[in-house]
Amino acid sequence: MGKFLHAYLSPLDIRRAMPQVWDGFQTNIKLMVIAELLVLVFALLIAVVRGLPGRAALPLRGVAIAYTDFFRGTPLILVAFVVALGLPSLRLAVISNQSLFTYGIVALTLVYTAYVTEVYRAGIESVHPSQRMAARSLGLSYTQTLRHVVLPQAIRRVIPPLLNDFIGLQKDTAIISVIGLTEATAQAGFYSNDYFNYAGYTVAAIFFVVLTIPFARFTDNIIKQRELRERAQLV
Amino acid sequence: MSVNGGFVALDGVTKRFGEVTVLQGVDLDVDLHQVVCLIGASGSGKSTLLRCVNRLERVDAGTITVDGQTITGDGVDVNALRRKIGIVFQAFNLFPHMSVIDNVMLAPAKALGLSRAESRTRARELLDRIGLLDKAQEFPDRLSGGQQQRVAIVRALAMSPKLMLLDEITSALDPQLVSEVLNLVRELADSGMTMIIATHEMSFARECASKICFLDAGVILEQGPPEEIFIAPKNVRTREFLSRVIEAGRL
Repeated sequence: MGKFLHAYLSPLDIRRAMPQVWDGFQTNIKLMVIAELLVLVFALLIAVVRGLPGRAALPLRGVAIAYTDFFRGTPLILVAFVVALGLPSLRLAVISNQSLFTYGIVALTLVYTAYVTEVYRAGIESVHPSQRMAARSLGLSYTQTLRHVVLPQAIRRVIPPLLNDFIGLQKDTAIISVIGLTEATAQAGFYSNDYFNYAGYTVAAIFFVVLTIPFARFTDNIIKQRELRERAQLV
Repeated sequence: MSVNGGFVALDGVTKRFGEVTVLQGVDLDVDLHQVVCLIGASGSGKSTLLRCVNRLERVDAGTITVDGQTITGDGVDVNALRRKIGIVFQAFNLFPHMSVIDNVMLAPAKALGLSRAESRTRARELLDRIGLLDKAQEFPDRLSGGQQQRVAIVRALAMSPKLMLLDEITSALDPQLVSEVLNLVRELADSGMTMIIATHEMSFARECASKICFLDAGVILEQGPPEEIFIAPKNVRTREFLSRVIEAGRL
């Protein structure tokens, strides 16, 4: 027990590892914020493409389906290697000369866009067809109906599962350390190598947890506010 | 104008859903300012007929003209067509994520391209007319069924349609809420709005309609002025239907 406490929870080591791990964790924060914003946009785009009607849109739908199937099924660690080690070796203009940080963003975005596309799609499909019908019968076009009637309702409904995927993404920023990006996990590793103590990992774990909890409460709160405003109240 | 001379003219309209024929060779003329009530059992094709008129459904055979324009077949600008035809559904179908006034403003602002100020003025006038201006900022879920349905009606009216289609708009309402909705429809009829109304409210149909059409299994079996249909129906099926309605206490 004493050994365990010392290895993971020694107050001295926790204090000493803190600044170093924090230094790395800032990279995680940047990774997650940028990747999440990109994922929000790209996933919505692909989900909308998947829902396009008509035979003319068939090839586009096919590409969207192939993309989600592929990247949802591929481990992030593999994608990270392929992007960060593979692309530079191709010696192509621009795409071979990016920073590890950029490659990290690309890998996270590729994989998580595939997940979130499915979340959006479930939301879009959950909007009752009578809503589209009502909008179209008022003379709104397909795009206007999507923009003003379907998507606002769909997005509201998928906020909880979306949050779930984002917590997954936040944690998976640690995987990006495998390509040599110095983030919190990597810094914790350096610390353990230097001091033969694992408290750095404990600190990194605390950072990750502390970040997700307010995020979750914040989202719960948004949902509750909306319920209060829009739904009939039980008396 | 169409060859038939009606503002709305259906000529031999047939609609199938898979194996089931829902409308079979329906002919119907609706003149400007006429109120035509479609009566008949559930599943007789009333709703489908209405939905064919604003192209929510495509017909399998026959033609429909609205305001002199053929709206069946390819190359029809459905958005333009629907801008001049209002439809109200049994289930209201208000947009639950928008306030009442936003529900009414949406189509004028987006489909007609009116400015926000113009659409707001128009929406406020309409809400005031139905006595719901004080609910403008509420969300639909907070309104009673009757209030929601009246909002749905003015949402359609906000587009200044030339024709209104009402699809059993009181069927989902508690009995005590029916009259507030029907009163609004009466006002519309009095103001000269051309309407096709699918309904089970026989007293209302009798009082308001210029023409009654009895549908049975996708066919208009009998049509004529209300006095004729309700007092001296010629067709035996019409008689059966009406006597069942009377037994149920709805006339």
